[in-house]
Amino acid sequence: MDDTWSFVTEQVIPGLNLGFWATVQLAVPSALLGLFTGIVVGVLRVYGPRPAQRLANGYVSFFRGTPLVVQLFCWYFGLPQICLFIESLGPVMGVLNALHLAWVPRLLVLSPMGAAILGFSLCSGAYHSEYVRGGLMSIRTGQIKAAQALGMSPMQTVLHVVLPQAVRRALPGCGNEIVYLIKYSSLASVVTVNELTGMARGIAKSTWRNTEVFFTVGVYYLLLVTLATFILGWVEDRLSLPGFERRRE
Amino acid sequence: MPDILTAIWEALPFMLSGAWVNAVLIVGAMLVGLMLGVPLAVGQVYGCKPVRRVVQIYVWAFRGVPILVQLYLFYFGILAWASSIPWLGWAHLESPFLAAVLVLGLTSAAYQSQIFRGAILSLPAGQFKAARALGMSDATAITTIILPQALRLSIPGWSNEYSILLKDSALAFSVGVMEVMARTRAVASTTHQPLPLSILAGIIFFALTWVGVKALLALEKKVRIPGYSH
Amino acid sequence: MNDSDIILKVEGLSKAFGNKPVLQDATFTQRRGTLKVLVGPSGGGKSTLLQCINYLIPPDQGRVWLDGRQINPKSRRELSAYRQEVGMIFQDFNLFDHLNALENVRIALLKVKGMAKAAATERAMAELARVGLAGKADLYPAQLSGGQKQRVSIARALAMDPKVLLLDEPTSALDPELIGEVLTVIKDLAQAGITMIMATHQISFSASLADEFLFMEKGRIVEHGSPAELLGKDCCSRTQAFCAKLSELAGDAGQ
Ligand SMILES: Nc1ncnc2c1ncn2[C@@H]1O[C@H](COP(=O)(O)OP(=O)(O)O)[C@@H](O)[C@H]1O
Ligand SMILES: [Mg+2]
Repeated sequence: MDDTWSFVTEQVIPGLNLGFWATVQLAVPSALLGLFTGIVVGVLRVYGPRPAQRLANGYVSFFRGTPLVVQLFCWYFGLPQICLFIESLGPVMGVLNALHLAWVPRLLVLSPMGAAILGFSLCSGAYHSEYVRGGLMSIRTGQIKAAQALGMSPMQTVLHVVLPQAVRRALPGCGNEIVYLIKYSSLASVVTVNELTGMARGIAKSTWRNTEVFFTVGVYYLLLVTLATFILGWVEDRLSLPGFERRRE
Repeated sequence: MPDILTAIWEALPFMLSGAWVNAVLIVGAMLVGLMLGVPLAVGQVYGCKPVRRVVQIYVWAFRGVPILVQLYLFYFGILAWASSIPWLGWAHLESPFLAAVLVLGLTSAAYQSQIFRGAILSLPAGQFKAARALGMSDATAITTIILPQALRLSIPGWSNEYSILLKDSALAFSVGVMEVMARTRAVASTTHQPLPLSILAGIIFFALTWVGVKALLALEKKVRIPGYSH
Repeated sequence: MNDSDIILKVEGLSKAFGNKPVLQDATFTQRRGTLKVLVGPSGGGKSTLLQCINYLIPPDQGRVWLDGRQINPKSRRELSAYRQEVGMIFQDFNLFDHLNALENVRIALLKVKGMAKAAATERAMAELARVGLAGKADLYPAQLSGGQKQRVSIARALAMDPKVLLLDEPTSALDPELIGEVLTVIKDLAQAGITMIMATHQISFSASLADEFLFMEKGRIVEHGSPAELLGKDCCSRTQAFCAKLSELAGDAGQ
């Protein structure tokens, strides 16, 4: 027992703390970017012009329908292939060189962290957009009519009247997606980000003590989820409106 | 090249019956989640303080503990223990499929409860007041006024939950359920052709997502109430 | 009568839902500073007419002129400019649920008129004061009584300096004891010379203020004339019959 405790505190926790920070650095920007993407895509799906609706719906089908691991592989290993391909095209590179833009294809080569954040944001955005769409649909038409009667443009109506209400209503669902994001962030280890699970795997491999290591890493994730739940609850409380209270009598 | 094609062709029936396993698994889990998620959501919005606390702890625990851990705990722990007690007569309960449905369903209930809660909160408080004003009991008001509206608004969130459950259902292989991923591994280990089989599995998952999402969209259109935007 | 006196002209407005015509060939002109009152049975097409006037419901046919300019509803910019000049009061208020009273009145000033925040706030406060709600500026719709909500929505419309105000049964969602406060505001507006078209069942109240009554039934304007003409003792208009029935039913709640 004593041995377990000292093993966990001396060998597991210091390593996991590093992974913890990597997970935070990964999850926080992904959550924010994902939410932003989700709001934009959700609005396009409901109020956008036909072609934009199609495009946005296609985006959602693709990212919800394919495994996240595959998406991450594409961003990390697939994009550099495209870069190499472009660089192998003589004429194209000639033009780019002439324009001093030869560095542009290199933008496709992402760091592990960059690829992971891109992958999580895009996938998360697809799910967020569905919650946002649900929120948009819950707005009564009277609200939109009143805005139009004041001369607001469709853009202004969406921005100042519809979205502020819809996003509030989507928040509990978006909270789900953020919790999922935290749990799925463990997949980033497949593109060599040393986040919690990646670190845990390394420690477990070198010490052969799976149970202790994975139990401890579970506690870390639980901690992250608890923190997220707490923050989400606080945000919901702050944004709560009279007549739409979080707790009803 | 033809070798690969014949291998896939021969594996196709086996893989497709795996798709059926996944489909039944997630439909079961969605229903468990629905039946438990609705009361959880109602409890969190309308319940007294102790009830709200219990719901919060439930949601926290099931969203916080990874499904894989829950599957192990439930299947090798609780179910194994319960079915080993002779006088309970639960020996037949030691089914990996049942364990997977329950674990996925109980977890989904935590997530679904938040979807339903968001939908309930998007109804103005006046709706509940109006129902009470007609002399309805709180239970009647919730079941006849609040939930019919809230469940309609939950359909988009539900389609998210469906797609995620589908992906998570692949974890059921860990307790021995022969769903698509488990079959992919099994076939790949004999044919040594993992890539085309993985692509086939991907296509099956994509098709299952597509069918479910389309069905939910159709449902959403069918039950739409006039007077709401879109 | 001078032509420049005419602020609003409506010609041949028609609307059908499916193949059911709900508004047929509505035509009238309105002079500056006058009050027109729409009366008639429920389902007669009053709301549809009012919402067709500012194109919240796009009419199938018909044209509208404001201040001598014909409206082209296809141009978004023109439509927005036009709607800014035509205020609308809804039966069920339609206050923005996520904004408090002040913000409800201010939002269009900021976002549509592009006013600076301080000036918009000042203007919004002035309008709230005009409807007697200066003290309720930071309450949300859910925290206001029905009469207060309707007064906020009037303030919201007035803040845009509309040339015409459309009111769709502004008091029919209100308790009897709250109707008075809204009617008082409307009376003040009429006396201040604001041009208004109001659908209402408050017959005797509007008879004392209205310049003209339009009686609508089955989507048509079947009668129009001054209150005296239509409601006079020995006149046997449809309007009079309808109003007599109303006051019989209500014990003349319209005072
Ligand atoms: N969106 C709609 N779809 C179909 N029918 C409608 C719609 N809106 C109004 N109507 C019908 O149009 C008729 C006129 O309605 P309305 O203008 O609201 O009458 P009023 O305001 O005089 O009571 C009614 O018969 C109503 O049922
Ligand atoms: Mg009406």
